[in-house]
Amino acid sequence: MQAETTSGAVSNLMLANKESRLALAWKTLKRNKHYYILMSPYMILFFLFTVIPVVFSLLLSFFYFNMLEFPRFIGWQNYSRLFLNDDVFMIAVKNTFLFAVITGPISYLACFIFAWIINELSPKVRAFMTLVFYAPSISGNVYFIWLIIFSGDSYGYLNGFLLKTGFILEPIQWLTNAEYILPIIIIVQLWLSLGTSFLAFIAGLQTIDKSLIEAGAVDGIRNRWQELWFITLPSMRPQLLFGAVMQITASFAVADVSIALAGFPSVNYAGHTIVTHLMDYGTIRFEMGYASAIATVLFFIMIGANMLTQKLLRKVGE
Amino acid sequence: MKTIAVLRPSRKLNRSFTVSFLLFALLAVFGAFMALPLIYAVNNAFKPLDELFIFPPRFFVSNPTFDNFFDLVALMGNSWVPLSRYIANTVMITVLGTAGHILFASAAAYPLAKYRFPGSKILFSIVVLSLMFSGQVTAIPNYMVMSWLGWINTPASIIVPSLAFPLGLFLMKQFIEQIPDALLEAAKIDGANEYRIYWGIVMPNVKPAWLTLMILQFPALWGTDGGNFIYSENLKTLHYALGQIVLGGIARAGVGAAVALILMVVPITLFIISQSSVIQTMATSGMKE
Repeated sequence: MQAETTSGAVSNLMLANKESRLALAWKTLKRNKHYYILMSPYMILFFLFTVIPVVFSLLLSFFYFNMLEFPRFIGWQNYSRLFLNDDVFMIAVKNTFLFAVITGPISYLACFIFAWIINELSPKVRAFMTLVFYAPSISGNVYFIWLIIFSGDSYGYLNGFLLKTGFILEPIQWLTNAEYILPIIIIVQLWLSLGTSFLAFIAGLQTIDKSLIEAGAVDGIRNRWQELWFITLPSMRPQLLFGAVMQITASFAVADVSIALAGFPSVNYAGHTIVTHLMDYGTIRFEMGYASAIATVLFFIMIGANMLTQKLLRKVGE
Repeated sequence: MKTIAVLRPSRKLNRSFTVSFLLFALLAVFGAFMALPLIYAVNNAFKPLDELFIFPPRFFVSNPTFDNFFDLVALMGNSWVPLSRYIANTVMITVLGTAGHILFASAAAYPLAKYRFPGSKILFSIVVLSLMFSGQVTAIPNYMVMSWLGWINTPASIIVPSLAFPLGLFLMKQFIEQIPDALLEAAKIDGANEYRIYWGIVMPNVKPAWLTLMILQFPALWGTDGGNFIYSENLKTLHYALGQIVLGGIARAGVGAAVALILMVVPITLFIISQSSVIQTMATSGMKE
């Protein structure tokens, strides 16, 4: 009902002359003022701490700004320096894409596959398994446990185990050897990555209409793979899209785990990502304009990856 | 529980036993991979020092002791900032940040879910789009906003931005949409204004949604270390203190394990308590665009 009156007001608005248009707009605003008041605390903070910073960051990427002097406009210079003159950034881009391409799809698939298997269990076992898989991502950044496991001396668990079983004769410096850093961060990141989207998938699976599955059985669906492709996946498309957004954002923004495990900066920049590069310029060198250019590039990479994934997901079950 | 039983997939379909077995084996293997580090962390917290440094290292504790926890209290008792201070900071940030987020996000979600008015659509699409931003992208301008507001080095710099995370509004809106319009209209006929409806009708009806938001927001704030905004020791959080203890190396290994357990137990307990409601909400919220 509310919607009808509003759209009626809008079409009247088109016909009326400018003055009554303003008056009408004012009237609409006044009629809805309670809604604006209810939204205002959230929206003010949301704009202040999310929208304005994003817009500001986009603008700042065209300036030279060191936090002390007034920003100086330099056009595309930050970007040309970033892409043509910054070898470390190229390492960071390479690492970030490696992370995203490996951890993104694997963790997304893992979220779905494990949710799907768990869904077949009895309610009590299901609750327990959900906890087992979800616990790492909510247990308050306990990934430093992995520091002890990959510790470089013989007291490290992995070294201790490998020494005892005779695979190696001397402890391996897992986290200071450029060769091992990236795979270790990927493993820990995967361990942490069954979070919000995993919960959403578990929930989504439980809402699938049972009559759909029965109708499918009548229509000749024979095994669980057909059921998965023709019924389960299409019914879960909203959750799948939501999960993709969460997973992509997480896999392109790897930084905390890398810093906690490999240090900052890591040996030979082996664990360097776009976000650690951004932190380097933003919080250590105070080259804000340059850091903003890095942030902008990351933002567009994420949007691109999201659009691509959403396109792919629309094809699921067709 | 009853609805879950009804919605379980039919078992009459052809399910090959081999595939079932393989799938559950897969689940067990990866379940172990997920759980072992956490079980290890629990065991570590109860290990006496000689067991922590035994070679070859042992996974399970053989002589459990509470010494690590006593040492932790003693260690922090001697330090300039007592442990209770870090705990109080963390609890304050987490409780205020979570409660305020639920309140603000649902207040904004109610009009967006139930009414159409100028700007409602565009505001919601901005919120959905911003789900795609990673926090780090806005870290620098955020720092500037904070310094303009004069909030650097205050707990507000962590609490206030967390009140307006986009995910909360998104989930709340999807959930409030499912409250029947008739209920709201009945309240209106009885003379309730919008604020009464929000507080008296909408909020009690979306209790599972609060629990979901709580379980998403709580661990994020509980694990914060103060980031770039807080420098004063007095204002730092438990997670930060833990980081410092872990950096203390071998001498502090036992105490570090004890703090790790404390940090871990709280969000996990919360999740166990609210699990069934949480999963229900994630399901009914539909996540439609």
